[in-house]
Amino acid sequence: MADFETPTLKPYPVIPAIEIGSMAHSQPFVAKEDHQQKLGFPGELVDDWENVAVKKLGELVDKSRALRVFLDSCVKCGACTDKCHYYLGTSDPKNMPVARQDLLRSVYRRYYTLAGKYFPSLVGARDMDKSVLDEWYSYFHQCSQCRRCSVYCPYGIDTAEVSMAAREIMDTVGVGQKYCNEIIGKAQTIGNNLGLPEPALADTLEGLEEDIEEETGVVVRMPLDEEGADILLVTPSADFFAEPHVDGLIGYAKVFHQAGLSWTLSSYASEAANFGMFIGSYDNMQKLALRIREAALELGVKRIVFGECGHAWRVAYNFLNTLAGPFDFLDPDYPVPQHICEVTYDLLQRGALKMDPSANDDMVVTFHDSCNIARGSRMGDFEGGQLVIPRAVIKASCNHFVDMPADAIGEGTFCCGGGGGLLTDDLVELRVKGALPRMEALHEVTEHHGVTHLAAICAICKSQFSKILPYYGFEMDQVVSIHQLVSNAIQLDGQQAQ
Amino acid sequence: MALEHGGKTYETDEEGYLVNLSDWSEDLANEMAKADGAALGENHWEVINFLRDYYEEYQIAPAVRVLTKAVGKKLGKDKGTSKYLYELFPYGPAKQACKYAGLPKPTGCV
Repeated sequence: MADFETPTLKPYPVIPAIEIGSMAHSQPFVAKEDHQQKLGFPGELVDDWENVAVKKLGELVDKSRALRVFLDSCVKCGACTDKCHYYLGTSDPKNMPVARQDLLRSVYRRYYTLAGKYFPSLVGARDMDKSVLDEWYSYFHQCSQCRRCSVYCPYGIDTAEVSMAAREIMDTVGVGQKYCNEIIGKAQTIGNNLGLPEPALADTLEGLEEDIEEETGVVVRMPLDEEGADILLVTPSADFFAEPHVDGLIGYAKVFHQAGLSWTLSSYASEAANFGMFIGSYDNMQKLALRIREAALELGVKRIVFGECGHAWRVAYNFLNTLAGPFDFLDPDYPVPQHICEVTYDLLQRGALKMDPSANDDMVVTFHDSCNIARGSRMGDFEGGQLVIPRAVIKASCNHFVDMPADAIGEGTFCCGGGGGLLTDDLVELRVKGALPRMEALHEVTEHHGVTHLAAICAICKSQFSKILPYYGFEMDQVVSIHQLVSNAIQLDGQQAQ
Repeated sequence: MALEHGGKTYETDEEGYLVNLSDWSEDLANEMAKADGAALGENHWEVINFLRDYYEEYQIAPAVRVLTKAVGKKLGKDKGTSKYLYELFPYGPAKQACKYAGLPKPTGCV
């Protein structure tokens, strides 16, 4: 593991002076031949790859008007330069969003604009060659596709789309990223990113049922593959495996139980996270989405609910119907799909859940908005619901809640540092440094408002914080799931006094 | 990458996880720990053996909760915590212990 220094937390955020090339060494492990081939990509760099890459880029800009506009419209105003958490944490100017876009834009200009074809050096156009490819591999894996820069761009240029396109081109010429591509392969064969087979999942859920009964005296079920259930819950497989994710899963189960809702998990579609989005691959994204449709049909459910997972919700909320619809077999009285926070929020609004927020009196909680939820989707039927509803659920579950500074939450939220397919140990330096802006905002509220816990709504954020918090002097268990707070506060009928 | 031990070469991935699970031996586990500057004591072995048994049955490493519960049952409730497991395996029980146990690294949002 490379040695690096954890950035120091300053009393207030400072835009760092640039350090050219300071992260040029950072790159994730390259996908193996079999990881690539499972997804329909070549196993290694193909012959004539320069032309293959250029041709693919042409196809992408023809297919996506948005991508072409993003590549054409930048006026180098500089509004984005200090908005990326990876720039703020690493000082590498190539991590400024405009510079990242230019890695692809320079090649686009060379082959697909008049000026670039005839006067390349005048317009910053570059030939597609190995040094460009290497730079792409490094710096397009230093973008978590969080879209914060797009909020501040006067043209709304979305670097996430640019980075997805670049990754798709790299996959097409045979240079994929191991972490994402290995995981997509597992999800397509076994049903989830972990590679958790049905018997292991069943055993894990049974163990959790025992834990809940031991703790509360109430039998709360965690049904798996139960035909005829009303609700199919699709949740990130980390919810079965990791801490504090699993406490959130227990929270979902308690909500369903107490509200008398019939629900089930599916071993076939045991993954909400859709890594197809990270690599910009529509085909792979669709394959994963179709598993959810098939499971819903097979089990005969009436509703689909998603657990706490950021980009899963972006794919679900924005694309599920396009990828795997129509969902006309589901109950039209409910949103398709629905977020677990919406379910809990609706029940709370109707007074259908009894909560004892004093159960969380040992915590002062703040909330980390996940990028893909805050900026990429919606909850509820009102503007900004994706920001209001999770907070309402938290506030119903605990008495002490404080928000972080306004420019670090809501639409301007900072990435945890591990999103977009970068949550891998080979990128730990990037993850630690990229977490700096979030850690500074957290530090602010721990120092001045006594905040003790950071609630998160995404499996990646939870795992990232568990790993990264100690680098900044916090404890790993200061991160909690939203539905972990719900789980602590919800009063189940027949529950033993604590 | 590869691991040299006892005059033989064992194939590993970039992070030192064994590629062929059947290559594993107790000796090799000690060797891998040594390379990380760690030494495996009786407490580590309790965990490693549990992981191997679980993997044999389910073809996957156990969830952290399953592991802590099993350790708690065997070694007493005070040890059935992730804190205790992190003391034993500072790089994370799921990942570091899996490596010494010769199992593949857990993947996903973990």
